[in-house]
Amino acid sequence: MTWALLLEQTLNGFQLGVLLFLLAAGLTLVFGIMDLVNLAHGSLYMAGAFFCATFTDWTDSFILGVLLALPATLLLGIVVEMIALRTLYARDHLDQVLATFGIILFFNELARIVWGPEGLVIPLPGWLDGNIEIMADVFYPTFRILIIAVGLLVALGLYVLVAKTRIGMLIRAGASDRDMVGVLGVNVKMLFTLIFGLGAALAGLAGMMAGPIIEVNIGMGEEILILAFVVIVIGGIGSIRGAFVAALIVGLIDTMGRSFLDLLLKTLISGNAAETAAPALSAMLVYILMATVLFFRPQGLFAPRSG
Amino acid sequence: MFLRTIGAGLVAAVALATAAAQAAEVKIGFVTTLTTPAGVIGRDMKDAFELGLEDIGRKMGGLDVNVIYEDDGFKPEIGKQKTDKLVQKDDVDFVAGYIWSHVLLASRKSVLGAGKFLISSNAGPSQLAGKLCHQNFFSTSWQNDQTPMAMGEVLNQRGVKSLYVIAPNYAAGKNMVAGVQRTFKGKIVGKDMTKWPGQLDFSAELAKARAAKPDGVFIFYPGKAGGAFMKQYQQAGLSGQIPLYSVFTVDSISLPKFQKVNLSGVMGSFMTQFWAPDLDTPQSKKFVSGFKKKYGRYPSFYAAQTYDTVFLIKSAVEAVNGDLKNMDGMRAAMAKATFPSVRGPFKYGKNHFPVQNFYLREVVKDADGVWTTAARKVVLKDHVDTYAKDCKM
Repeated sequence: MTWALLLEQTLNGFQLGVLLFLLAAGLTLVFGIMDLVNLAHGSLYMAGAFFCATFTDWTDSFILGVLLALPATLLLGIVVEMIALRTLYARDHLDQVLATFGIILFFNELARIVWGPEGLVIPLPGWLDGNIEIMADVFYPTFRILIIAVGLLVALGLYVLVAKTRIGMLIRAGASDRDMVGVLGVNVKMLFTLIFGLGAALAGLAGMMAGPIIEVNIGMGEEILILAFVVIVIGGIGSIRGAFVAALIVGLIDTMGRSFLDLLLKTLISGNAAETAAPALSAMLVYILMATVLFFRPQGLFAPRSG
Repeated sequence: MFLRTIGAGLVAAVALATAAAQAAEVKIGFVTTLTTPAGVIGRDMKDAFELGLEDIGRKMGGLDVNVIYEDDGFKPEIGKQKTDKLVQKDDVDFVAGYIWSHVLLASRKSVLGAGKFLISSNAGPSQLAGKLCHQNFFSTSWQNDQTPMAMGEVLNQRGVKSLYVIAPNYAAGKNMVAGVQRTFKGKIVGKDMTKWPGQLDFSAELAKARAAKPDGVFIFYPGKAGGAFMKQYQQAGLSGQIPLYSVFTVDSISLPKFQKVNLSGVMGSFMTQFWAPDLDTPQSKKFVSGFKKKYGRYPSFYAAQTYDTVFLIKSAVEAVNGDLKNMDGMRAAMAKATFPSVRGPFKYGKNHFPVQNFYLREVVKDADGVWTTAARKVVLKDHVDTYAKDCKM
């Protein structure tokens, strides 16, 4: 193991982490403030990726594709909230799980009808498609650096929005005690729609960042949604800061597990057994972490104060 | 009175007609993946099956053919449920299809235990070729290990001394790795088994492969994971540095997408396979031109194997003149492998896997500029799979 490899894997972990953060930020807000378990969050991630692929195809520019797909996903989120989810806020979590699971099936089938089953690719412009030498002999894909940059920028933007603005104050207040916010005369309905749209756009952005790496596919949201739920449980439901820290932890642990666990195990048990055990164990690592956090801090690492 | 007689007569006639219709058809259950992104493979198989049925006028030995397609959702438990349904409720005569080894292994008992024929149009897990081989099981594809074994030979011929292996952690992935390890004479400098089917981001594995500095990287990623892997390999700048050798990753399903984003790294890359669209056999030519005419695209190897499935079943039904009770007659007919196959004449081994050639294929542009694969040379001739010796049959 060399330092160059360690650095590269740390960057890989960071990149996965910020991608998870983009997805988890919206999820944690919706869950924390509206008390809505939204399994269909992954569908918005998928929708963002499909929009981006289509717009990139039309405009021949990935950047334009993203800029057009962002408002499109925001709009889609608002429409979904107003038509389907608004009626679910007062229902219990089981109803919400059932209904939003239905929305997943609906969107997957809709995507199949509109875009076909084979999935789409998002071509990157030449300057993003290659890799750059970040240190002597350490090459890193340019696009993954862009993902990290976008993720950190969004994190900063969300911090400013939540900590420094009036809307952010309402969001924080909503996370702590949404009934009181309503009583104080805030238009909770509007606030919810707005938050949901914001979360949708962030999920869509995550999809647009993942699309050029993994291809755009039906059902791509479900695969990553489970990790996003792990992130918000570890971080504390409703906390953006918690989501950010937890996403980076989960991203790093997952990547490091995949990178170095087999080497570590080989020092303890035979080579063959280590080769079989390592992938299984590295897939479990984040869940072990979640179980540990739940045991010692059931409210998560950064739970928002509630009244 | 008169009316009543006519009425009774009609009822009887209808009853007779239905009974006749029931007897006069071959029922085939076809299990594949029609939803999830892997549904694109299932679509190729379904299209090929329909094309095969059209080519034979939807008749086998004078009987009508009735196909029931079922979707396994890429999950063993659902595949088994659907297989149970086909066997118990629909009472089919043949169950065919199966892309995935783990789905086939889960569904095996439901078919064979009920005394029906099971025909794999793709999956070839080692268990079914060896200890779990069965007289009523037939394959129109290959045993999983064979294609990577051919690749191992190619690697030796090309002077590759050190190899890094990346494959998904499930039944077929393990077979593929075992296969290439069996014939490859150099050193395996690293091996990663990734989560399947969830993991599509291979950043950590690619970084390790680069650090290991091998002469070549061997991968097995069927379906959408293959596209993701190829793209990331190029983005990481590895495609110019370390040659990539793949099995079941670059095919007629993924190539149109690679061409669309101009993934030039894949052009000229090598893989091994039992078949290629340009293979010079009468049945393959008929199949490829028919498929292209009907669907406007190249068929994949999944489609080719499925096309063979139609003709294998037809040969069985015709040998017994449509007497579907005659299992022994149908089995003997299939074991002879006299049907016209896309791979040309071949024999079945004792475990009912084909004894066949494996070719080196290269990605090329066809006359219309479409990316496809062309057979270059025979790597393994009349190859018998490794597990056949464990088959007590």
